[in-house]
Amino acid sequence: MADQLYNAIFIGSIYALFALGFTLVFSVLDILNLAHPALFTLGAFVALFAMQQGVPAALAVIVAFVVCGLAGVVLDRVAFAPLRRRNAPPLSAMISSIGVALIVIRLIQLRYGPDLQAYPAGSLPAAVFSVGDLELDTLRTVIIVLAIGLMLALTYVVRRTRLGRELRALAENPRAARLVGIDIDRAIAATFFLSAGLGGVAGVLYGFATNSPFSQMGLGFELKAFAVMIVGGMGSIPGAVLGAYLLSFGEIASLTFLPSELRDAFAFGLLFVVLLVRPRGILGRRAVDRV
Amino acid sequence: MDDLGQFLEAYQTTIGFIGLNAILALSVWLTLYTGQLTLGNAAFAGIAAYSSALLTMKAGFPFPLALASGALFAAAVALPLGATVFRLRGVYLAIATLAFGEVVRVAILAIPITGRGQGLVGIPPKTELWHIFLSLIVVAVVCARLRQSNVGRAWAAIREDEIAAASQGIRVRRYQLAAFVLGALVAGWAGGLAAHFDFAIQPDEFGFARAVQILVFAVVGGIPNVLGPILGAFLLTALPAILQPLQEYRDIFQGAILVLVIVYLPRGLATLLELGRTARLRTVGAEDVA
Repeated sequence: MADQLYNAIFIGSIYALFALGFTLVFSVLDILNLAHPALFTLGAFVALFAMQQGVPAALAVIVAFVVCGLAGVVLDRVAFAPLRRRNAPPLSAMISSIGVALIVIRLIQLRYGPDLQAYPAGSLPAAVFSVGDLELDTLRTVIIVLAIGLMLALTYVVRRTRLGRELRALAENPRAARLVGIDIDRAIAATFFLSAGLGGVAGVLYGFATNSPFSQMGLGFELKAFAVMIVGGMGSIPGAVLGAYLLSFGEIASLTFLPSELRDAFAFGLLFVVLLVRPRGILGRRAVDRV
Repeated sequence: MDDLGQFLEAYQTTIGFIGLNAILALSVWLTLYTGQLTLGNAAFAGIAAYSSALLTMKAGFPFPLALASGALFAAAVALPLGATVFRLRGVYLAIATLAFGEVVRVAILAIPITGRGQGLVGIPPKTELWHIFLSLIVVAVVCARLRQSNVGRAWAAIREDEIAAASQGIRVRRYQLAAFVLGALVAGWAGGLAAHFDFAIQPDEFGFARAVQILVFAVVGGIPNVLGPILGAFLLTALPAILQPLQEYRDIFQGAILVLVIVYLPRGLATLLELGRTARLRTVGAEDVA
């Protein structure tokens, strides 16, 4: 039982980290960035590449954050910025991001193939410690702490810093934000850097925990992230965190009354019900102040 | 004639899938043309594929009757679904239909008679190429005629401005629901044909990736007229076959084409066919969907 709860906290933390980056871009720019799962996968493989060159795991996480963050900025310049200039509808950006996702995944496969990979032996902590009767492994515990730390850090950035104020202004009204002297291009680049960086770190951490990164690992998370965002409220950062843990605990709980092959049905059933009953989600507000 | 026969035989699968994909692209065109993005058509194709295949295999239905039953079943599921989800707009509608698709996929995995994850195998291969292309022609003509009719004008009006359309007395939700259910019927027909074309079907063939792929065919081809989705499905299905020697780089080409078309040809590839008529195109205005 305690084991199950620990698992729920772990997977919920990964859901949250993944969904935060997804929801950040949506809240600021109204774009559903379907390349986000590809950046998640990229993170796991950047860390793999770095560690194969002898970089320690902790440093590899930072490398993945920076590389994915920069990839996110490039993604925006290539696939989204031209559409923004033309005032194209949000669907265009979504389709364009699908194109980028195809390219990124294939590039990863060209280097590593479609199969499961593993991080270099001995590069990840294998130690186990116990709290009471409960055996916890160091790696997952570190991952949970790190993920929660990143969630708090992002909340701090958005709520308390100058950049956060700029992002919120941009989300509210891009034209007014420009009028009051906000450097829109810089703020958008920062949004993509943070979003993609967090997505990449989520990928590394999940890759570490399973020790089997593979090129399609982002797919399941993409669908779950939709559920997380809708349940919590599209574009709401605390909503994404709440939605992530609700989903992970709900999934674990559902195993007690649903056969395991129906586990995924829980997420989509929940998503469906929330959309019909309360489309803006638990913490979503209507169209204003979404960050 | 012999050359043609050999060509058809060698590329039968690819040619068949070009036609099936074109029909599916038209099925999603119907809702896109009304200005709404739905991602349920892969699931409707799946519902019809499984039900029609089970009808021919286990109940001994004749092929045409099984096809029709499958398509009608998909449409019958679409009606209550559409009536509930069309309260939603934009990404919310897209995600709701997507969630429906995943529920269908999980349901197929959970019902023993579908063969679950291994897929349903041993479906009698009844679909001939001419079935597919005759269906495509019928669907394309019906869509083209609808577009020019009162219904099509109502759809276009809704797409341009829902509130204005409603104030003109157009029943917005009823028209959008009609497009959605008709789209499900068309997708279901294509699903039934696909099931009997390929001997076996698997749940993943009708999942999220497929839904996105169908949408991409339609949008890359272009929404302003019915030629767009057909062209998009044709090019994007034929391309991988043509690029067989470069198979490793295939996704890279496809991804690049997607980005380039969206960035430089916002109304889709079909605009290339209409360069001489740009003035008219401007009045068609499909930019709010693509």
